[in-house]
Amino acid sequence: MRYIPASDADRRAMLSEIGKNSVRQLFDSIPDTLQLGRPLDIPHARDEWSLLEYFERLAGLNRRHAVSFLGAGVYPHRIPAIVDDLVSRSEFYTAYTPYQPEIAQGTLQAIFEFQTYMAQLTGMDAANASLYDGSTALAEGVLMAHRITGRKRFLCARSVHPEYRMVVETYSKRLGLSLETVGFLDNGRVDTEDLGGRVDDDVAAVVVQSPNVFGTIEDTFALAEPAHRHGALLVVNIAEAASLGVLKGPGMTDTASRRADIVVGEAQSFGVPMSFGGPHVGFVATGRERVRQLPGRLVGEGRDRDGNRAFVLTLAAREQHIRREKATSNICTNQSLCALMSTIHLAALGPAGLRDLALENVQKAAYVRRRIASETPHRILFDGARFNEFVVRLDDFEGTWERLLAEGVVAGLPLVRWFPELEDALLVCVTEQHSMEHVDRLLKGLAA
Amino acid sequence: MTRRDRVARHASLNERLVFEKGSPGRRGSDLSAADFPRRELSELIDDELVRDSIDGMPSLAESEVVRHFTRLSDWNYHVDLGLYPLGSCTMKYNPKVNEKIARMDGFADLHPYLPESLVQGALEVQKRLEECLAEITGMDRVTLQPAAGAHGELTGLMMVRAYHESRGRGRRSILVPDSAHGTNPASARIAGYEAVHVPSNAKGTLDLDALDRLTNPDVAGIMVTNPNTLGIFEGEIARIAERMHAIGALVYMDGANMNAMMGVARPGDFGVDVLHLNLHKTFSTPHGGGGPGAGPVAVKDALAPFLPAPLIERDGDGRCRLDDERPESIGRVKAFHGQFGMHSRALAYILACGPNGLREASETAVLNAAYVRSKLEGAYHLAYGAPTLHEVVFSDRFQAAHGVHVMDIAKRLIDYGFHPPTIAFPLVVRGAIMIEPTETESREELDAFIDAMLKIARECETDPDRVRSAPHTTRVGRVDEAEAARKPVLRWRPPAGPAAN
Ligand SMILES: Cc1ncc(COP(=O)(O)O)c(C=O)c1O
Repeated sequence: MRYIPASDADRRAMLSEIGKNSVRQLFDSIPDTLQLGRPLDIPHARDEWSLLEYFERLAGLNRRHAVSFLGAGVYPHRIPAIVDDLVSRSEFYTAYTPYQPEIAQGTLQAIFEFQTYMAQLTGMDAANASLYDGSTALAEGVLMAHRITGRKRFLCARSVHPEYRMVVETYSKRLGLSLETVGFLDNGRVDTEDLGGRVDDDVAAVVVQSPNVFGTIEDTFALAEPAHRHGALLVVNIAEAASLGVLKGPGMTDTASRRADIVVGEAQSFGVPMSFGGPHVGFVATGRERVRQLPGRLVGEGRDRDGNRAFVLTLAAREQHIRREKATSNICTNQSLCALMSTIHLAALGPAGLRDLALENVQKAAYVRRRIASETPHRILFDGARFNEFVVRLDDFEGTWERLLAEGVVAGLPLVRWFPELEDALLVCVTEQHSMEHVDRLLKGLAA
Repeated sequence: MTRRDRVARHASLNERLVFEKGSPGRRGSDLSAADFPRRELSELIDDELVRDSIDGMPSLAESEVVRHFTRLSDWNYHVDLGLYPLGSCTMKYNPKVNEKIARMDGFADLHPYLPESLVQGALEVQKRLEECLAEITGMDRVTLQPAAGAHGELTGLMMVRAYHESRGRGRRSILVPDSAHGTNPASARIAGYEAVHVPSNAKGTLDLDALDRLTNPDVAGIMVTNPNTLGIFEGEIARIAERMHAIGALVYMDGANMNAMMGVARPGDFGVDVLHLNLHKTFSTPHGGGGPGAGPVAVKDALAPFLPAPLIERDGDGRCRLDDERPESIGRVKAFHGQFGMHSRALAYILACGPNGLREASETAVLNAAYVRSKLEGAYHLAYGAPTLHEVVFSDRFQAAHGVHVMDIAKRLIDYGFHPPTIAFPLVVRGAIMIEPTETESREELDAFIDAMLKIARECETDPDRVRSAPHTTRVGRVDEAEAARKPVLRWRPPAGPAAN
């Protein structure tokens, strides 16, 4: 096997040095009755080239030439070549968790930079070193709010990404937490009146997403106030982190009562390939006074014996390897390399590049939305402000969808799978990656 | 030259934070704006929600970004450089071709919500991987949704709970051996269980008497790591499973150590009901500096109804479809379809190895560990005498007599050019030195490591200060972790001036 250096001669020599006759003997501690005694029934070994052929064939079955206007939590953004080049360095991708800081300063410093970028973008004091993805980050945010408040009732906007909500549901159910949903208005925003009427002193947190699953931007500052009046927290989820290039982070206010308490999200938009939905990179950010309640790893700045600046995993007393069942989370392996992708991408963008990217998304999506409204028979739903997604209700859904698909255009995501009342509605995402030709193809298909 | 001089002088050893670099006006990325009519931003988004600037974000040219991260990379130890015997982590070689496969057009750029007819290749990768993992573990069904080992544990335990609830009573506790990884009790708690600790016996395995004492109708199941974290196979596993099953409880296996027995033994054949695997350990997907990994969960048919939704089903014509109609499912544990980029790599590994290669991998992993054990026995205290498989746990007992502790030994090993073993875990061994060489190390590399370990053992007697002050060769010296935790600095802030944001 080409990945294993030991030759038969090596094996014989090593066995004889340790006083064994055969490799089989090494497994004497596994009772005979429990040994398999036959070869595994899996396909026979392939050489490198037949392996590549096999996967090229499968990759080819995926219709990558289709023009897609899908977003909904996974966003098609341009990724500069340097991201993949740098994360392909063995030094980064074949290392593990930086437990030994003296030989892991590269990973540690990069994660510290990631934490800083996430804190800057969200406007919060501190962010962690990553969580599996946005959906599990939201679940962790909910558990964190429960730990802080000791309360068990959560009010969660229906306009939070439904798959995220399902994950929160899965996590919270077993801990006896209850998740009630709050509806949305005609403009796509959270129904503040409904929310205001239902927050009380039992509520642990109000959970919202901005931009929400319809692409509508929420005023998180206004949503913080009713929550805080009752001692509840505001948890904000940001599934499209590129929006923070133009929108204020939920922590960016001087008025404490208007500030979010926990901001979670997904940073895939910064340099991480869509890759059929993973691996991506979740994060959680919070205020200074609550960093000891954060789940997952944290990198801190410290000093070595000679007084040099050095980075090190810190506040480990929150984590499973020290606290076991009392840990703030069970997470161990996280999404370090994806966090590095985001860090590199953000470094390349800089403030001007990030702003340009965000504005291009806002303007292009708004332009396509205007054209659909004026040039096609379909109706735009939800008139609230948005980043790069909007909802359109199709006239003759089946016919239009099929016609576009036949033309190689996946026009968006049918929302009825999650919202029965949004029959015939399509969530359309337009980013900097869509060319004017793509847009014209979409319009042509919609207008026909 | 002292370390301080070296750091002060050499640019590449002295790279600042990205936030301390660059200069306003530089750009590392240009976007040529498309040509279409635009509106004033204030017509599109309410002014009060728009940020003016992104304070503190640095501006660098592309070339500077490359140099920054290349310099940082240079400060890392990694598997491609040398032996990384981190016990319990299976730091094996990560095949390069797998990286190429995960990045293929059609995989890397695939959106998870494309219609099923347009993602048949991706679903086939996942389905094929599921089938291989089921065969390797001897289990019936597999979910690929969990993102890492700990996530798999949580998923599996939620299913245990759902299983009991479907039979009328959720039960209260999960038995967890004291040698278990910290994620085990932490996952049990998040699944809503109390973790009850089971002591190990003098041989380092599960104590059947203690187990009997702790067993009662409130026990939902046991979490067994097999081979356990001492590298010892739990030979009584079948009996343990029988006892659990007799009281209606289930057996969860932490499969982090599956590299010890691929093609040799299968958990499904010794009574395990549910287990997770770590694709980033056994199946060679890269560790990425701490992730991403993937933690598929395999179950016996009795638990299959509770698997997270959706599952991939193969239709009569061979096409794959996502089945969401799973009324007894525990629900979703992650959005989308799991860590697909890890699934393609793991499948590539399995297909490159085939049945013989996988067995050879486990056999060689065990041989390498046995070789290291036999060469270091005597110089280091062997925590338990029982036979071990893919890893071996020593302790610092002999060295502690000279005032040198496991942390010192670990740091000194860095001077010899190796990544240290896992230390201070498992908790049942005081001063644990947990060594897992894996199968992808040559005999020469193992000999060099053994030689270094033996030299360090001698140094502990002849020059303990040298060991205690190690490492001497790295860019930074030992970091004061306690101080860093006392006043945590978790982000950069602009010097003086107004706080960022
Ligand atoms: C024995 C054992 N169980 C569970 C885990 C958790 O796996 P992960 O880090 O992938 O969450 C690990 C490794 O970290 C482990 O060594």
